[in-house]
Amino acid sequence: MFAYIVRRLVLMLVTLFGISVIIFVLLRIVPGNIVDILFDAAGFVDQADKANLEKELGLDQPIFVQYVKWIGGLLQGDLGYSYVSEKPALQEILPRIPITAKLAALALLFSASIGIPLGVISAVKQGTRLDYALRVVSLSGLSLPSFWLGLLILMASVSMFGTMPIFNPNPATWTEAFAIYAVPAMAVGFRSAALTMRITRSSMLEILRQDYIRTARAKGASEASVNYHHALKNAVLPVITVIGIEAAFLIGGLIVTETVFNIPGVARFLVEAIRWRDYPIVQNLVMLIALVVVVTNFTVDMLYAAIDPRIRYTD
Amino acid sequence: MRSVRALTAVALSLFAASNVAALAAEPKKGGILKVYHRDSPASASIHEEATYSVNIPFMPIFNNLVMYKQDVAQNSMDSIVPDLAESWAWSDDKKKLSFKLRQGVKWHDGKPFTSADVKCTFDMLMGKSQQKFRKNPRKSWYDEVVDVTPSGDFEVAFNLKRSQPALLALLASGYTPVYPCHASPGDMRTKPIGTGPFKFVEFKANESIKITRNPDYWKKGLPHLDGIEYTIITNRSTAILGFISGQFDMTFPTEVSIPLLKEVKTQAPKAVCVVEPVNVSTNIIVNSSSPPFDNLDIRRAMAMALDRKAFVSILFEGQADIGGTMLPAPGGLWAMPKEMLEKIPGYGPDINANRDEARKLMAKAGYGPEKRLVVKVATRNIPIYRDPAIILIDQLKSIHIDGELEVVETANWFSKVARKDYALGLNLTGNAVDDPDQSFYENYSCGSERNYTNYCNKDIEKLFGEQSAETDVAKRKKLVWEIDKRLQEDVARPIIYHSRMGSCWQPHVKGVTIMVNSSYNGYRYEDLWMDK
Repeated sequence: MFAYIVRRLVLMLVTLFGISVIIFVLLRIVPGNIVDILFDAAGFVDQADKANLEKELGLDQPIFVQYVKWIGGLLQGDLGYSYVSEKPALQEILPRIPITAKLAALALLFSASIGIPLGVISAVKQGTRLDYALRVVSLSGLSLPSFWLGLLILMASVSMFGTMPIFNPNPATWTEAFAIYAVPAMAVGFRSAALTMRITRSSMLEILRQDYIRTARAKGASEASVNYHHALKNAVLPVITVIGIEAAFLIGGLIVTETVFNIPGVARFLVEAIRWRDYPIVQNLVMLIALVVVVTNFTVDMLYAAIDPRIRYTD
Repeated sequence: MRSVRALTAVALSLFAASNVAALAAEPKKGGILKVYHRDSPASASIHEEATYSVNIPFMPIFNNLVMYKQDVAQNSMDSIVPDLAESWAWSDDKKKLSFKLRQGVKWHDGKPFTSADVKCTFDMLMGKSQQKFRKNPRKSWYDEVVDVTPSGDFEVAFNLKRSQPALLALLASGYTPVYPCHASPGDMRTKPIGTGPFKFVEFKANESIKITRNPDYWKKGLPHLDGIEYTIITNRSTAILGFISGQFDMTFPTEVSIPLLKEVKTQAPKAVCVVEPVNVSTNIIVNSSSPPFDNLDIRRAMAMALDRKAFVSILFEGQADIGGTMLPAPGGLWAMPKEMLEKIPGYGPDINANRDEARKLMAKAGYGPEKRLVVKVATRNIPIYRDPAIILIDQLKSIHIDGELEVVETANWFSKVARKDYALGLNLTGNAVDDPDQSFYENYSCGSERNYTNYCNKDIEKLFGEQSAETDVAKRKKLVWEIDKRLQEDVARPIIYHSRMGSCWQPHVKGVTIMVNSSYNGYRYEDLWMDK
């Protein structure tokens, strides 16, 4: 087991190195850099001024030198300066992380707390009207784009309550905090909840047909005990896998949700940084996201072993 | 007797009512004005940028030497008033413009304002100082200025190569604030210091811009507001919903499209909304240095195929203006009269006749229904560019030109245009000042950085100089009309339309004036107040 963990950790480092190379090279292959965009914003191109600015930002250096400088800085905790705001990249990124983290955590919580119970109910009540209704809900969740759902929520909020949640870093009341974080989290988590519901349902249906479930029932176990103690415990493994993958994919959903709800999180910031070709911000943010994804996958793998004693990773 | 009493009562009640009205009109102090901002500006330095995304939030931090009177909607020489300069005077030969500066003015960091700051600012704009701007998009505005010479701490003179009455108009623009000598260009991009009614608090990219009341502002009693907060909301739907729900006191000025304006009026009927010209023209850029558009006949045919009314009707529900280079009346001051405009090929009201003529020109160039001209129409990947480009492609079909839309990412647009890597393009041109000097030199002068098509006509260039030096306004106008007419006939950069955009504010916001011939000059906001 120990050797397995070490191997996984080494693999994580190799993966992160690969991602760093890919993102660095891809960013520079894309036509146009920050200098092009800055001059575009000013409506003209002055080649001499442009060359000066490229030199000032170090963009005239060979790509390999730029890469080594970035990685060298990163290893020492120096993320460089944002080309746009001219502030340290760390100073720009750090305050945004908790905002997105809260949103993502709430979305995942919403996804699991709604998706799993409804999936179980749908499986247990298979073929009933309730099952059909829940399946319609889950299909809707998978079909509705989160930006559309977000806009609908905002429009409904304005027409019903005459107000809408506008981000405030220091919400004064509990209801304001709820509106700021929970409503967007629900908008983005709805799709994940639907997916979780479907996976839970199909996994539960498979488990409920197993012999040991029949045995448990024959031994007089209550329905609740059969469903939640015997069946769900075994059905939850694929669900955890899905939630793990969804955690990684959530960043994509959050980009749109943060834009629609105007939340100054990491996801929207990343899109803006890409638009400006603000390399230090994009590179470091993508590395951060990659780190989160890799660590989440690692944690999910470890969870398998903890939940199902039959799974043991061999050396 | 009874009638006398009745009359007295009526007179008294009228007096009382007028007093109440006067009291109601008395500006109230305090309040934070909340406005949404359409995007996150590249920096806070007005001199280094070329978009009113920067002017709007940062103009209240600064003062100019002179400025356009903020409560007069139409910018003109008559509406220019003193700002940091108490007065100005032209020399007899009109080659020297002298300013007497206001004394006792302090920068927001407490340092005194002097003539040295004026010299620093304009030396930097002219590229003469040690410190340089990263970008200097309006350097050409000062091409006729030889130097700026201070005389003591509170007098300064602009010495010109020749007379240029329009210099005063350029100095009054929102694009011409005075910067402090003691702050570097880098500081001005991130934490600007001014002498204006509001002080910079913070600029969080993609989040917000905050400015607060300057308690030591040299105009006593101003500003009325405690501060202004701009929340950056890039999603237009979210921003408009925020305004409708009352969370913003004002929309981003001149940013509400005509269809969205309808939505606002329906859902927030009490909101005050206006639609005004923004002095931004949508035009065609033609690469005349290579085939097929090196052929003047094809360029003329293309210009004659335009049905400008159709553009205006489809994109603005009729609320946009048709004209030449200069902004059309009544907003614009320099546009040629309608009867003169309609005589220019392609501007006549009979579109079918124009297109018949255009087809003849195309036939002369060897193109017809059997042999169609295939071109790419390049434009930026932004709706206000893309939408008219699509209509343009449709209209060009009528003269045997098959256009294919080529959308170019913003990052690559100007590089592509500068490389001449296009045949036909659709572009937008904004004018900060409704004055021919700004428009002609910037966009049509030989060698100008913003003359994307490299149009260069020495005869017209000579006329640019003549109109610029002309001090008689009536004579200058006639010269300007002639130049504008010739630019359109030369198909230098065919103008399709001049757009209009909406601005809305809640009824409690008072003192808003949306300028009708520039969207860059009316955001000092020292007179704005809130009746709540």
